Amino acid sequence: MTSLFVTPSTQQDGTDETTTIKRRQVNSMSRTDSPFPGVSQRYDRLRKIKQNIFFFLFRAAAAINGIALLVIIYFMVVNGWRAITWEFLTQPPMQSMTKGGILPCIVGTFALSFGAIIVALPIGIASAIYLTEYARPGKVVRLIRLGINNLAGVPSVVFGLFGLAFFVVILGMGVSIAAGALTLGAMSLPVIIGSTEEALKSVPDTYREASLGLGATKWQTIWRVVLPSAMPGILTGAILGISRAAGETAPIMFTGAVFFTPKLPTSIFNEVMALPYHIYVLATAGTAIEKTRHLQYGTAIVLIALVLGMNLVAIIWRSRLRKRLK
Amino acid sequence: MTVSEQRTDQSKAEYKMSSDNLDFYYGAFKALHGVSMVFKPCEVTALIGPSGCGKSTFLRCLNRMNDLIPTSRVEGLITLDGNDIYAPAVDVVMLRRKVGMVFQKPNPFPKSIFDNVAYGLWVNGVKNKAFVQERVEESLKQAAIWDEVKDRLQDTALGLSGGQQQRLCIARALAVKPEVVLMDEPASALDPIATQKIEELIHELKETYTIIIVTHNMQQAARVSNVTAFFYMGKLIEVGETDTIFTRPKKKQTEDYITGRFG
Repeated sequence: MTSLFVTPSTQQDGTDETTTIKRRQVNSMSRTDSPFPGVSQRYDRLRKIKQNIFFFLFRAAAAINGIALLVIIYFMVVNGWRAITWEFLTQPPMQSMTKGGILPCIVGTFALSFGAIIVALPIGIASAIYLTEYARPGKVVRLIRLGINNLAGVPSVVFGLFGLAFFVVILGMGVSIAAGALTLGAMSLPVIIGSTEEALKSVPDTYREASLGLGATKWQTIWRVVLPSAMPGILTGAILGISRAAGETAPIMFTGAVFFTPKLPTSIFNEVMALPYHIYVLATAGTAIEKTRHLQYGTAIVLIALVLGMNLVAIIWRSRLRKRLK
Repeated sequence: MTVSEQRTDQSKAEYKMSSDNLDFYYGAFKALHGVSMVFKPCEVTALIGPSGCGKSTFLRCLNRMNDLIPTSRVEGLITLDGNDIYAPAVDVVMLRRKVGMVFQKPNPFPKSIFDNVAYGLWVNGVKNKAFVQERVEESLKQAAIWDEVKDRLQDTALGLSGGQQQRLCIARALAVKPEVVLMDEPASALDPIATQKIEELIHELKETYTIIIVTHNMQQAARVSNVTAFFYMGKLIEVGETDTIFTRPKKKQTEDYITGRFG
């Protein structure tokens, strides 16, 4: 194995002397006999191979993630690129949704996601601040945490049914943007609380101590020091949570989205079309499922672009805020 | 607290702060055992002792920073100008404005140099911009860092060197005009030159402030302090004039420690 370690001595710019010194060091490094009893040369070789195998596995696992995303996008673009036209993005569906565009769905999904942010962000951030900054650890906090964790595990269709029962029926909102946004917001709360808590915990305690030591109140400390430092993390988590919710079908199919409505919403109590539900409708319940395949893929492209766009905004926003903190 | 705000009055007082039979607990662990000592105005008191001896814990009792630790408990009496600082009526926010603190690791906020120093004024309700401007400059000068930062007050404080950051933190503490300044190993994260600057600064500050400094460095204690207190295993072993402690300590443990036989 020594040959691996010896550098080719052609093209040397040093004197002969330095080269020999280098060589000598190199040779003593490459000796494989161990100073410990019972350790064979084979062991040294084996552990290097082991390391390479595991590195390869980890690399492969990481690569699968990237490849999966690429395959999904490739698949949709190949099948749906023909559908993406200016008309597709700016017109309502026509002729029983076999022609025309998806403008109402884009507007609807935007309205629902935006509404969900407005609902979930203040409540989520406030809860996280309470849990990490104010609440003394104890039974109550543990119970609340348990609740939040379980909320994260509730299937999205259950959120849909809850929204139907509570917002649509009991609160009398009807199938509307308001009811849909509240349902989506409730669904993304655990994610927002979780990421906000992480962001708050990552703010060093020394900032808090410095602020309190100057005669600031706890709230002043949170508002002026802790929150600004945690903001990048909070916003990323929030937008990732909402972009996840934006692609959900189940929570909105009973609460905010309808099969078909060519009108654009004028109030938060209007019902809307939404991208994910539209895909579901075209692919399972439409009048001409095969004929509208390219429309389904086209809609999916728009949805994915929207979600990726939101993530991109989150990333840019975060890096801007981080820069300002440095 | 109806304490006279006049510094001149206070300098007549025999002592600025006192601790009487102070016990401190982290949960079930008793970290301080009956510590009693006084701090005279316009003097530097050094708290020395091996790691874990309770000197930092004691320091943090003096501005109730330990309140932040959920399971902690204090017994005994600490006074500022004769008033019990743990009394129920005491506003801990006001207490911390009067008893400022400089921490072991420089901890400037991720804000501009100016905002760092002005922060304490803002949170205490000062709105007058000219006053803030003036006080920021004054504090930075007091902390001997003005010349280095005067042309870049709007730059982030995180771009300063460790020593500069620590002097900025001192300026930040001075801006709210505390009466007592607690320093928790303020130079332990700094190189010798920065350390020297901090020590010179302490010399100047003791004209105006009562300073209590925790240090691991015994030469530092000998250089900067008037009074030295030696802590061991949560107990105050010996306290006295710094010269006496370092030349003729009364207790064997103190002598062993300062001569480097343990710790």
